[in-house]
Amino acid sequence: MKSSGKMLAFGASMMLALGAAACGGEEEPATGEAAAQEEQSEQLSGAIRIDGSSTVVPFAEAATELFNEEHPEVRFTVGASGTGGGFEKFCAGETDISNASRPIKEDEEVPLCKEANVAFKEVQVANDGIAVATNTNLEVECLTTKQLKQLWNRDSKVQSLSDLDPELPDTELSLYGPGTDSGTFDFFTDEINGEEGVTREDYEASEDDNQLVTGVAQDDGGLGYFGFSYYEQNADQLNAVAVDSGDGCVTPSAETIQSGEYKPLGRPLFMYPSDEAMQRPEVKAFMEFVNENQTEIAELAKIVPMTDEQATKAGEVLGAGA
Amino acid sequence: MTGAQIAAHARSRSALFPRATARTRAAEGGFKVLMYLAVGLAGLALVTLLVDVARDGWGVLSLQFLTNFPSRISPERSGIQSAIVGTLYLMVLTAVFVVPVGVATALYLEEYADPTRWYNRWVEVNIQNLAAVPSVVYGILGLAFIVREPLGLGPVLLAGGLTLGLLVLPVVIIVSREAIRSVPPSIRDGALALGATQWQTIRRQVLPGSMAGIATGVILALSRAIGETAPLLVIGAAASTRFNPQGVNDSFTALPIQIFTWTSQADRAFIPLAAGAILVLMVLLLAMNSVAILLRNRYEQKW
Repeated sequence: MKSSGKMLAFGASMMLALGAAACGGEEEPATGEAAAQEEQSEQLSGAIRIDGSSTVVPFAEAATELFNEEHPEVRFTVGASGTGGGFEKFCAGETDISNASRPIKEDEEVPLCKEANVAFKEVQVANDGIAVATNTNLEVECLTTKQLKQLWNRDSKVQSLSDLDPELPDTELSLYGPGTDSGTFDFFTDEINGEEGVTREDYEASEDDNQLVTGVAQDDGGLGYFGFSYYEQNADQLNAVAVDSGDGCVTPSAETIQSGEYKPLGRPLFMYPSDEAMQRPEVKAFMEFVNENQTEIAELAKIVPMTDEQATKAGEVLGAGA
Repeated sequence: MTGAQIAAHARSRSALFPRATARTRAAEGGFKVLMYLAVGLAGLALVTLLVDVARDGWGVLSLQFLTNFPSRISPERSGIQSAIVGTLYLMVLTAVFVVPVGVATALYLEEYADPTRWYNRWVEVNIQNLAAVPSVVYGILGLAFIVREPLGLGPVLLAGGLTLGLLVLPVVIIVSREAIRSVPPSIRDGALALGATQWQTIRRQVLPGSMAGIATGVILALSRAIGETAPLLVIGAAASTRFNPQGVNDSFTALPIQIFTWTSQADRAFIPLAAGAILVLMVLLLAMNSVAILLRNRYEQKW
């Protein structure tokens, strides 16, 4: 049978690869890399530990991979402990760079870092937004921040959009949103409901944004919020809701997020290098590399890049006191 | 008496009794249908899952997929070498830690401990409880005591191996005790009567007699360990690395972590990669479980 033949071949290649992989640990890098290495005598090397927000992971991975093309001897580990989890490790001195989808918390996290004598810089690397989206059958073009608050606030009794505005459809809503460990949740509840962590509780919660997308896309009354890139990748299955924060309706897009028009759900993404790590040439070179190539990296990672102005400002932060 | 003996006994007994009435036979038939339905449901769920994953992941399986490093820039050139190597390392480290400690504990509890002493009973209750603790709790334990002070290893392979070792230790202890207990007391009595010391009895009779059971249990425990994601995430395994670990004090990633990283991406291009990695992990688990079954069938002692 054809399929069993394929299965066998697969099994055999599996074993081979396991064997190859198991002894691969101590092997020389591939010939191409080795040649490149000989050409450049002043190679950077070392290990850089990065951890933090999962939203920044695509950006960080694309950045490290591009950087490795020039400096293959620098070894990166990129973790995804979440913004809060990342700062905890960062302030314990366990990581060199912390990724964050919000600024470090002055009242909780900064003291932790101070206590351990971890000084750092706050460097913006990209932009991100939170998209509010509905099922394509649930027609709604725009919601004001006030309406969003009415909908998502604690003890909200809103069951359909017609409760917000009689002209909107009266389909019964099924709500989807991120779980409480997510930076997206922190940010949305803070901006919309006015206090971090305050939310109605009768919604479908998941830490996996892809699940939220699937839920909203399949449920006729589906409405949810999640990272902009998840909307962008599934734009054909979803209806994006424009947000009106007083200056008219703004649809989420790379342009409106970058320009800051998409208020209040647009946000900057950060990398926090520690001052101690910045003393090392490879970390400094990497952070400068990120700043100089941010547009290309963001494009590869499918994330919204910084404006030139933001990039210049981030570059100044990096240069200061280095 | 083993289960098979009991069944054979029951069968021979039933021949002595009159045939079942139509009613009891109907009841028995109904119960059988229910049982098959239950098994079928579980089987169906597994097949659905397998088919779904295979459909997504079959296309990416190739030698390159197994030997390349993960790539964010070009998903089509992405691979899982670092994840496979990390998982193999973890398996070996976990085994090195868990086998001596687990078997020694089991030997103590079965052969030396006085079960009427409160501290022995306390240890026993603790082990039973630990076996039921959720894996993420072991992750927190690993982070607090192994990655940070007092051991302070950092988020490295050794820390991962020790954490997973702690996680499966109760299972290994319980299975090893079961295997040791299955060696009949008459064997021990015989050895002792011939003048062997207790340690000689254990080394030459009890351990060889229970080795198949212990090995089976250890392999099953290891296959549970390498499928774990949560504890490794907590102790700080990397989402993905583009290098193989150079030793036990190096940072690492593992197959479940790589799968987790890929499935949580917005970019759908990574979904087939995750499915492919799931297939590889499943083949690995299946191979381990088959070895366990083989070992048990081949070397199980009949007394």
